[in-house]
Amino acid sequence: MTNVANFSIEFTQYLNENSEVVQPLPESASNTQTLVDMYKAMVLTRVFDKKAIALQRTGKLGTYPSSLGQEAISVAVGTVMREEDVLAPYYREYGAQFIRGVSMKEILLYWGGDERGMDYQGPRRDFPISVPIASQGPHAVGAAYAMKLRKEDRVAVVFFGDGATSKGDFYESINAAGVWDLPMVFVVNNNQWAISVRRDNQTRCQTIAQKAIAAGIHGEQVDGNDIVAMYDVMEKAMERARTGKGATVIEAISYRLCDHTTADDASRYRDDDEVETAWKKEPVKRLRQHLVNVNAWDDNAEEALLLSCSQKVDEQVNAYLETPAQAPETMFDFMFETIPHDLAQQREYFLNRGK
Amino acid sequence: MAEVALVEAVNMALARALEEDENVILLGEDVGANGGVFRATDKLQARFGEQRVLDTPLAESLIAGMSVGMAAEGLRPVFEMQFLGFVYSAIDQMISHASRLRNRTRGRMTCPLVLRAPYGGGIHAPEHHSESTEALFAHMPGLRVVIPSSPARAYGLLLAAIRDPDPVVFLEPKRIYRLVKQDVEDNGEALPLDTCFTLREGTDITIVTWGACVHETMQAAEDLANNGISAEVIDVATIKPLDMQTILLSVEKTGRCVIVHEAARTGGVGAEIAAQLAEKGLMFLLAPVQRVTGYDTVMPLYRTEQSYMIDKKRIIETVQETMEFV
Repeated sequence: MTNVANFSIEFTQYLNENSEVVQPLPESASNTQTLVDMYKAMVLTRVFDKKAIALQRTGKLGTYPSSLGQEAISVAVGTVMREEDVLAPYYREYGAQFIRGVSMKEILLYWGGDERGMDYQGPRRDFPISVPIASQGPHAVGAAYAMKLRKEDRVAVVFFGDGATSKGDFYESINAAGVWDLPMVFVVNNNQWAISVRRDNQTRCQTIAQKAIAAGIHGEQVDGNDIVAMYDVMEKAMERARTGKGATVIEAISYRLCDHTTADDASRYRDDDEVETAWKKEPVKRLRQHLVNVNAWDDNAEEALLLSCSQKVDEQVNAYLETPAQAPETMFDFMFETIPHDLAQQREYFLNRGK
Repeated sequence: MAEVALVEAVNMALARALEEDENVILLGEDVGANGGVFRATDKLQARFGEQRVLDTPLAESLIAGMSVGMAAEGLRPVFEMQFLGFVYSAIDQMISHASRLRNRTRGRMTCPLVLRAPYGGGIHAPEHHSESTEALFAHMPGLRVVIPSSPARAYGLLLAAIRDPDPVVFLEPKRIYRLVKQDVEDNGEALPLDTCFTLREGTDITIVTWGACVHETMQAAEDLANNGISAEVIDVATIKPLDMQTILLSVEKTGRCVIVHEAARTGGVGAEIAAQLAEKGLMFLLAPVQRVTGYDTVMPLYRTEQSYMIDKKRIIETVQETMEFV
């Protein structure tokens, strides 16, 4: 018997759960301003998240999926990406979307039942949030194919959850990225839970990152709650994509500290102990402690940040609440560029019905 | 002017579209060097290159989904499902994304793609290669559904489908891929995507059909004419949006209507046409609308598929029964 191939999966962590530096920091971490900016973005995402849940609980927002505890992944991805790149997100990656210019008001409009929440005024070419699990993967493949065909210096980045990696669209997408050497980064937010199904029951793979090996592309694991590591790994993956060295699957290890959505009650299927343990590893506190350790942050800065985040969120919430609903006949108006005669008849019927 | 079969007219239209718009991309399984299993994309890769005529991995959901991504980035993907029977894993992408990207984003992103697929029975194909499921797509808001039944209409309708700014499902009746040849001028002229074609004028009865059944229907109309019944034959061609005006005007004239389609009966497109005739044309009717359709069965394998298929005799008999109704 001959061994024809060997593989290994690397795991990267710089800051452990106590914010101790476990290996020499990468060069990117020497830019304290970037770390501070990312910290601010993480806190803003968390303040927004808390407010969104409160809005849902008081009947002012529909079902909402929280991103609590997974902010570092999203913020690092959004920070490393360039404006001209394309993001194909599922729900729960607001941190990246905010950095790319999607407004909090738009996210609230979307979960508040208004399609205009997908008409992003900032990143016009980013895909809207994809609800059918993993179905956004092929979209990113198509966008990346277009970029490569036109020889553009752009990258398509696509988010998945751990559950999504069981689906065909995930495998079909990473496989295609390998076949055509596409400029892509696949970011898997492994938050350990796909609604009520734990990671171990999702797949017997030791790591999700190793699924990349089957597709012939680079795959690695990173502590997704350590934004220093997350930024470093994402930066290298984007560089790989930009320089024609192929696509990457990043498995970012995190934990869903929240329910799946506001319609879910996670206490039905997981123990409080597990959640309590996970809280000790959460990313916001970890980065704050590091910034304090390097004298880049203090209580005054924290207080000012929380106040400014609250103000920003409140402004956006007010803008959302003050936005009147669309005229109902707009349901007909964006189906086609030119409305076909049969649909035009239905639109007319709809308009006349009330008279 | 060249005399071409339907599948060759498809090839002509694809070549024309690739020639006139650099954003047009063909993709699918075996569409490259092999030219497609029915040769619809024959020689196009050699002419337009591997980047614009690309063989994909064997993954239908990927093909449809990446076409959505390409379209969102401004390309005009025309993707082939090798047989319509393999489209089902791509339906998620069609209904969840292609058909609604424009609506979801309030027009920020659009999805000008074409799904091409050979469909229908009668060629002794293996299991899963013979179904007619156009009604599935007609039921999905946001899609146009087109079925050509002649080389000239294949050419003109496919060009229109590719140039259309929204997603189009273009189903090719493979039984008549090479049945007849017709002079088709490669003039780049598209046909409208919302208009029926009246193939034969008549005064006694309207027969509404599409796809491969057009041929048996035209033969039936000829035989009926020899027996004193003047049948008007309408090729629907654009299944969605339906051109009910042409059908209603015809039925107003004839007072009788038979709908012929190969697809299963319940919930078929014929049911929609009959419903609209009941809604808008009841007072024109001298007899109940009748349907000649496939059965609500699994498509039989080929030793018995002819029993499922619609022949001239069934059409003639149904027309005669409708004529005899008083």
